[in-house]
Amino acid sequence: MDESKLNASILHLLEQNARIAVDEIAARLEVDAPAVDAAIDQMKKDQVIMGYTTLLNEDRLASPPVRALIEVEVVPDREGGFDRVARRLSRFPEVRAVSLLSGSYDLSLEVVGSTLHEVAYFVSNKLSVMDGVKATRTHFLLKKYKQAGIILHEVDEHERLKVVP
Amino acid sequence: MSVSKSSRSRVAEHIARLPRSGIRDFFELVNAMDDVISLGIGEPDFVTPWCIREATIKALDRGFTSYTSNLGMLSARKAVCKHIQRIFDLSYDPTCECIMTVGVSEGMDLILRALLNPGDEVIYHEPCYVSYMPSIAMTHAVPVAVETHEEDEFALDPTEVAKKVTPRTKVLLLNFPNNPTGANLSLEQKRELARIAVENDLLVIADEIYSDLTYGERVPCIASMDGMRERTIVLHGFSKSYAMTGFRIGYACGPRDLIEAMMKVHQYSMLCASSIAQVAAVEALENGEAEMFAMRDEYEQRRNVIVARLNAMGLPCCRPQGAFYVFPRVSGTGMTSKEFATKLLEEMNVAVVPGSGFGACGEGFVRCSYATGMDDIQIAMDRMADFVAAHASR
Repeated sequence: MDESKLNASILHLLEQNARIAVDEIAARLEVDAPAVDAAIDQMKKDQVIMGYTTLLNEDRLASPPVRALIEVEVVPDREGGFDRVARRLSRFPEVRAVSLLSGSYDLSLEVVGSTLHEVAYFVSNKLSVMDGVKATRTHFLLKKYKQAGIILHEVDEHERLKVVP
Repeated sequence: MSVSKSSRSRVAEHIARLPRSGIRDFFELVNAMDDVISLGIGEPDFVTPWCIREATIKALDRGFTSYTSNLGMLSARKAVCKHIQRIFDLSYDPTCECIMTVGVSEGMDLILRALLNPGDEVIYHEPCYVSYMPSIAMTHAVPVAVETHEEDEFALDPTEVAKKVTPRTKVLLLNFPNNPTGANLSLEQKRELARIAVENDLLVIADEIYSDLTYGERVPCIASMDGMRERTIVLHGFSKSYAMTGFRIGYACGPRDLIEAMMKVHQYSMLCASSIAQVAAVEALENGEAEMFAMRDEYEQRRNVIVARLNAMGLPCCRPQGAFYVFPRVSGTGMTSKEFATKLLEEMNVAVVPGSGFGACGEGFVRCSYATGMDDIQIAMDRMADFVAAHASR
């Protein structure tokens, strides 16, 4: 298997289950386990793989956090465009995701806090006063149905026969 | 005057003569048990891709609930012919060379009934799908089995076929990639079979139900070989590749006279395939392919795992070239395939299907389906390895 195909196959499996054993990847793809290890290490070095996280259904947590999606309009820098503001914003631990978008606003943030007040505080005291931030619109997240390709709401199990010729 | 009818059999003789499926008892045993990990399932573990289910819901919304033309909706036949052109480089006229059927099962029944006179011989290969022999027998024709062997990786040897041809042979039935062995035919083997068909003026039924689930390059359909288009009926469907078994939708493509004959049987027995299933079929062909390939890739990886594990535990098996079955030899354990399957079920709660259910030459083998999630496959393999080890040391 050539390197790019191997890498793509490994990433596909990791994206579905980051805890998949290296041995299983190796068996599925019919390559040696050390070759899989080496490919993963190289992709980490190349910053293709940036880390592994856990997908939570936060509605099931004892105390679910408060999340907000925030649209941010930015005055672009002469030198750095949107990068300066985006990079500054991404340093805040309560900012879980930052993306630059096309369309009627520029940056999209996902912000998390343990209370509504915490998120509001971030918006009014950190975000909206930042140099370059022109306007913000905050949308509190009410319910999440799907995340990272996984459906979070309950799906009926389909009934299967136990043996079929 | 009353005539005593008590001596008359209630069931038609040729139906009464049909053998009871050798695996039915086994199936009933499995179905009565809880917590079985089943490698006995000949259908995808995936649910039908959402785009197809959604299109079906929309079809209901829009009231697509009437009969369709006997041949099926023209839009469906057009989509099918376009697809067959693309995958097999075969050109069929959607208005008269294509019929939508209730799965390949109905397509098979239609073509057998359309072609066969009592006493005609049909050559088919074993081990094979359980319905071929009975379907042939139900038309009062004569099923003639050609065995396939482990040493040929269960491919059909054309010279064995040639040996079975008689003046009464009318049809050659092919199903590759194969249920239960996962075997495929090479291009050369298909060419040789085509040559035999032409030489002996045989009609060929090509059951291509697993052809989308080929690992590696798809082997051309026998209908595309020299002199074969006019003597081949291509049967294909959506059950396996698009995980649509319950939709019961398939199709046949072939020369006009044969499609016309099939249509006669179909119009008097079935009328038409389900209208919403036909809409679903169109959606599958137009927008379902990426998901189909993703499922195929997953099956392929599962195959890699299961083949390595079976061979490692001492149940030698060929490497399937398609479908989602592997056919390991269990005779080395000293058990018959039925004993092996029954004990494995009773002792380890793992279901596999005895190979003898797919024809006499399947004795000594079992069929394991890998249309089951990888976690269950791994547990089943662990248990089977323990089972084999325990019985080896007894």
